[in-house]
Amino acid sequence: MNRISEKLKENKKILSIYFTAGYPSIDDTVSVLEALQESGVDMVEIGLPFSDPLADGPTIQASSTQALKNGMTTQLLFNQLKDIRKKIDIPLVLMGYFNPVLQYGVEDFCKKCQEIGIDGLILPDLPVAEYKEHYQEIFENYGLINVFLITPQTSNDRIKEIDSVSNGFIYMVSSASVTGGTHGFGKSTKDYFKRISEMKLNNPQILGFGISNADTFNSATKYAKGAIIGSAFIKMLSNEGFKGIKKFIKSIR
Amino acid sequence: MKYNVNDKGYYGEFGGAYIPEMLYPNVEELRQQYISIMQEPSFQKEFNALLKEYVGRPTPLYFAKRLSEKHNTKIYLKREDLCHTGAHKVNNTIGQILMAQRLGKKRIIAETGAGQHGVATATVCALMGLECIVYMGAIDIERQAPNVARMKMLGAKVVPAISGSKTLKDATNEAIRDWINNPADTHYIIGSVVGPHPYPDMVARFQSVISSEIKSQLLEKEGHENPDFIIACVGGGSNAAGAYYHYLDTPEVGIIAVEAAGKGVNSGESAATSALGKIGIIHGSKTLLMQTPDGQITEPYSISAGLDYPGVGPMHAHLFASGRGEFISVTDDDAMNAGIQLSKLEGIIPAIETSHALAIFETRKFKPSDIVVVNLSGRGDKDLNTYIDYFNL
Repeated sequence: MNRISEKLKENKKILSIYFTAGYPSIDDTVSVLEALQESGVDMVEIGLPFSDPLADGPTIQASSTQALKNGMTTQLLFNQLKDIRKKIDIPLVLMGYFNPVLQYGVEDFCKKCQEIGIDGLILPDLPVAEYKEHYQEIFENYGLINVFLITPQTSNDRIKEIDSVSNGFIYMVSSASVTGGTHGFGKSTKDYFKRISEMKLNNPQILGFGISNADTFNSATKYAKGAIIGSAFIKMLSNEGFKGIKKFIKSIR
Repeated sequence: MKYNVNDKGYYGEFGGAYIPEMLYPNVEELRQQYISIMQEPSFQKEFNALLKEYVGRPTPLYFAKRLSEKHNTKIYLKREDLCHTGAHKVNNTIGQILMAQRLGKKRIIAETGAGQHGVATATVCALMGLECIVYMGAIDIERQAPNVARMKMLGAKVVPAISGSKTLKDATNEAIRDWINNPADTHYIIGSVVGPHPYPDMVARFQSVISSEIKSQLLEKEGHENPDFIIACVGGGSNAAGAYYHYLDTPEVGIIAVEAAGKGVNSGESAATSALGKIGIIHGSKTLLMQTPDGQITEPYSISAGLDYPGVGPMHAHLFASGRGEFISVTDDDAMNAGIQLSKLEGIIPAIETSHALAIFETRKFKPSDIVVVNLSGRGDKDLNTYIDYFNL
């Protein structure tokens, strides 16, 4: 069974970390992964950098720009991750934009992910309709879980549709914003968390966008199965480097 | 309607709406409503009245006698340069501001490269009393100071895009992010036939007034609606989409698209997307775009700030791929010379974008009996500094 599905069955709140591959330095990808696993993180999203990351705020875009300057490419990332399953056993998700995947070739990309031991993909600009029509079969043939986003503006009908094509978890965006948004959740955000939680969807939800510390993590996981921290982790990494990873994760839980 | 958009939002294999879920409700609302809103009699009435009274339409279809003699063919110029604000851009912003009002939006955002679309958007926001925020690359803000001043005079807030390459594509990214952050009250007025469906089709429909007028004007002047060729410059491609629109499915009308070759198609400094681009996704649309083999979007170059977009609208990608359109690219030097030539022969100083379309007469020959319509998309006032520097005027 897919490592994501296994992990989601555990009776615990999932802490997932996003970081950009090839950042701060080109060869840091594997070291960051090792440090995250050692610190007890449950799952990792590895960001495939893109020149025009529409859904991301300044922190993640700056890390992507730097990673591209460092020379990161899709092929290089696959090379770096070639033997990753000898060292890392937590679920790994690749997160990026659709164009680099399209250029690599969707089927080749999925095949490579399976060879390496990638468990799932998050491609925010691959729409549900396109996925169903052209790509779902390919993703599933290679054992990949595809993760869709929902937001406070997503209608209940659409959430149900997304739930029906999802086979792992739903990435629940905390607010109408790009990544790295404001801290803390107001009443309307909590109402939204509650509304989704009461829909009793088939797929568990993991919350992202605006999760940055123990407070926001605890508040998010009251309603969701887990939470994803991205921009706050990258900021820490920029300021403190690897040595800050353990302390950062400990400060969350 | 072989060359127009299909009901899934595609032109052949190009188009679609590759957008993050955060944008879905806004884009979907627009998709469901844009055609019915545009077809409402009250919308049509208000749109047409503004085009007539405020923009100054219909724009003349002018027979360019001396230019025709020079190139030994029959050349008509569609004078979009005479529109209020100096280019065709305002046709679209008038349409979209009326659309935004009917969707109940209170806040308008836009991206701009050289500033023409920003000015056209700020203009209609002033006209309607709506808040206007224009995203513009920090580098473009420095290069296009007069247009920045115009937008400010018109009451718009100009926000510099400081991410990435700090030019048009980054301004577009920032505008999209603004829309993600303000999903309820904001309408995004995209300036070209680019972006997710339904934008390419909606903008093309608003610009289609150009070819609809050409048809009736040619009928009056020549006794038939169809020219032999219609020529337009293509960056994102909105003036071209408008000029081609009513001729798309009329194969006897030749469609010629002129792209900016910059310093030469293979110089590494070019914006000739059809020659250099590959199918991919930019700003929510599957189309031809300039990119690295790894799928990173690259920065185009042209002396004309309105043509240096790394992609092209999906309608044009389809016209290129299907062979319906003839695509020609023109260098900075040839365009600049064509701009001077038109000024001296006809007393019309064209925008440098438009000069690209005029430059093809040097190499692409037409029969003396051919009727060739060039869409004169904009006037050259905004480019005076570039002309001055280039020719040491």
